[in-house]
Amino acid sequence: MTKFREAAFVAIEDVRLQSSLEGATGRFRSARETALAELPDSDEMRDHFKRLRAATLAQLALHLETFAANAVKAGAQVHWAGNAQEASQIVLEIAQAHGVELAAKSKSMATEEIHLNEVLAEAGITPVETDLGEWIIQLAGEPPSHIIAPAIHKTKEQVADLFSQESGKPLSATDIPQLTEEARRMLRQKFLTAGLGISGGNIMVAETGSIVLVTNEGNGRMVTSVPPVHVAVIGIEKIVPDWNGAAVWLSLLARSATGQPMSIYTSVITGPARADDPDGPAEVHIVLLDNGRSQLVNTEYEEALQCIRCGACLNICPVYREAGGHAYGSPYSGPIGAVVSPLLFGLENYPALPQASTLCGACLDVCPARIDLPRMLLALRAEEVKQNLLPWHERKAEETAAAVLARKRVMGLSTKTLRVLQRPFVRENSLRVPERMNPGNGRKLPALAKKSFHQLWKDGEV
Amino acid sequence: MSETKTVALFTTCMVDQIMPEVGVATVHLLRRLGYEVAFPEAQTCCGQPFYNSGFQKETANLARRTIEILEPYEAVVLPGGSCTTMIRLEYAHLLADEPDWLRRANELAAKTFELSQFLAREGVELSGDATPSASSGQAATGQPITYHDSCHMCRMLGLKEEPREALTAVGYTITEMAESDRCCGFGGLFSIRMPEVSNAMTADKLRQAEATGAHTIVTADPGCLMQMRGLAEGVEVKHLAVALEEVTR
Repeated sequence: MTKFREAAFVAIEDVRLQSSLEGATGRFRSARETALAELPDSDEMRDHFKRLRAATLAQLALHLETFAANAVKAGAQVHWAGNAQEASQIVLEIAQAHGVELAAKSKSMATEEIHLNEVLAEAGITPVETDLGEWIIQLAGEPPSHIIAPAIHKTKEQVADLFSQESGKPLSATDIPQLTEEARRMLRQKFLTAGLGISGGNIMVAETGSIVLVTNEGNGRMVTSVPPVHVAVIGIEKIVPDWNGAAVWLSLLARSATGQPMSIYTSVITGPARADDPDGPAEVHIVLLDNGRSQLVNTEYEEALQCIRCGACLNICPVYREAGGHAYGSPYSGPIGAVVSPLLFGLENYPALPQASTLCGACLDVCPARIDLPRMLLALRAEEVKQNLLPWHERKAEETAAAVLARKRVMGLSTKTLRVLQRPFVRENSLRVPERMNPGNGRKLPALAKKSFHQLWKDGEV
Repeated sequence: MSETKTVALFTTCMVDQIMPEVGVATVHLLRRLGYEVAFPEAQTCCGQPFYNSGFQKETANLARRTIEILEPYEAVVLPGGSCTTMIRLEYAHLLADEPDWLRRANELAAKTFELSQFLAREGVELSGDATPSASSGQAATGQPITYHDSCHMCRMLGLKEEPREALTAVGYTITEMAESDRCCGFGGLFSIRMPEVSNAMTADKLRQAEATGAHTIVTADPGCLMQMRGLAEGVEVKHLAVALEEVTR
């Protein structure tokens, strides 16, 4: 049994998880629909955004160079990281150069991807997540299970338990304001004492060398303005040539993600604090993370780089909604995770993910960049066949079935034989086999009809 | 109709082997509407199961074979949206590098239709008696039904209105379920590779369908039909062709 299947099974049996997932994804879905309907023509805007993303990626290197030059001009320091290890090493060295003991983080999928927290902790530096959801799962010692709502799998009771433990006083799940008040109090201390602020970045705007950071809790602003040094780790694909493009991006991002017209905080960071700025970091570092991305340029998977990590495809995905995010075994879950995890971290490491879809196409329906995820899942499946990654018996079964179906006579003979063999097991048009032999796992399997349509036609019974 | 038009039936392998009554209903319905129905007997499978598993070479074989068998006909009708999608949209992707086959794939695609798509395109006047007072002898036909949109049919072929219009025309009352276009959990081999997830999806689908109070779920795809029947208890799952045929006798 694949790891995905095993983990999904655990998730399906977990009643609390199922109700959290269904509730949260349902709220996201309806909010998204309402928010998109407020736009004069959201379909046209998505078409436009698709063209913008494709055109930008077609000249990715050029835009990155422009961004880097303008960021440096604004006083930021730009670092290029080829892979996860290089990226976390760069951040670690910055932290060590400033004698940092505590690093305050705002939510960032890129730092999840490079396992930054583990690297820092190993070097004796304490990373503290300050996004509420991220903090909850950090306290629980778990990875995120949703791109924008990392603790979507947790109930308020579980959160109350975690916060009670951390604060040392009993907190009730029924008093949400008290829970957030307590989190605010505990996190405020972290912001004030952290030597380093670490963030991700939603958009890099090439024309001004700016980073746009979108959050809902204000923690992102604290992380990027209170500590003396700020490091942002950003995937190289999150780039737009100019502010006109950034405006379209922002119009679609929060609407697709949480269904807000805009997130509560949209921060623009262009270099460190100026001499006359009342606050802000003395140093700003931008780590441009490749980690497999540039390899996708000019391939049939380039489209995957158009993703802006809104999570809309997770919320609509009927597989994600049952299996939850942890089953994917990657920071990126859901349909986009099933595509980018094998592409960035190795198909051989994630062989089950391209199969974890019915190819229903709901993800394509809601994607703000109209990324054709089903097509890429199909391409990855074909790649698995090519690389011989399927179990031997599955491969043989498929090849044999295809060969049989390619010859009408052989098909006729085989199905006739099966009709004889199934006889002892047929009850009311279903095949009743012992449950441990049922590949449908409790689902009734259909029996072959007494006569095929071919036979009925031949016998003049149609 | 002034002259009789001949349409070829592509039953789909699932209907052929598992639910031939759907093929029979399709033929009867088409005949009743004045069409001559041909059944090219060499047909087997459109290749979709293999396509969806990544076996492109094997699929291309089946695609070329299916094109050869179906291309002599004026029009091809299928009682299934998913296989129609395969022929209408995917054959061209699959055979993109073979110019002659690509041309033939495109020609076939243009004259291949899912049943309700064909009826809508032809503009046939359907009438039937699925009203509660009907004395058709079909116990369930007077009850409101709910319609499940199969994924490829509604998203890739854009057929949402056509099956509903056909059902309404023959007298059914459709009570819409929440998320009628949410996947039933089938997904071909997915239903066997990941049966736990698949069944959980089906259970949710059935729960949403049953919440309408309808006793019958109608769908146009044999795959969805088989999947939902595998877990349905208090509700009947019926193919569109059968639902249309039994009230237009």
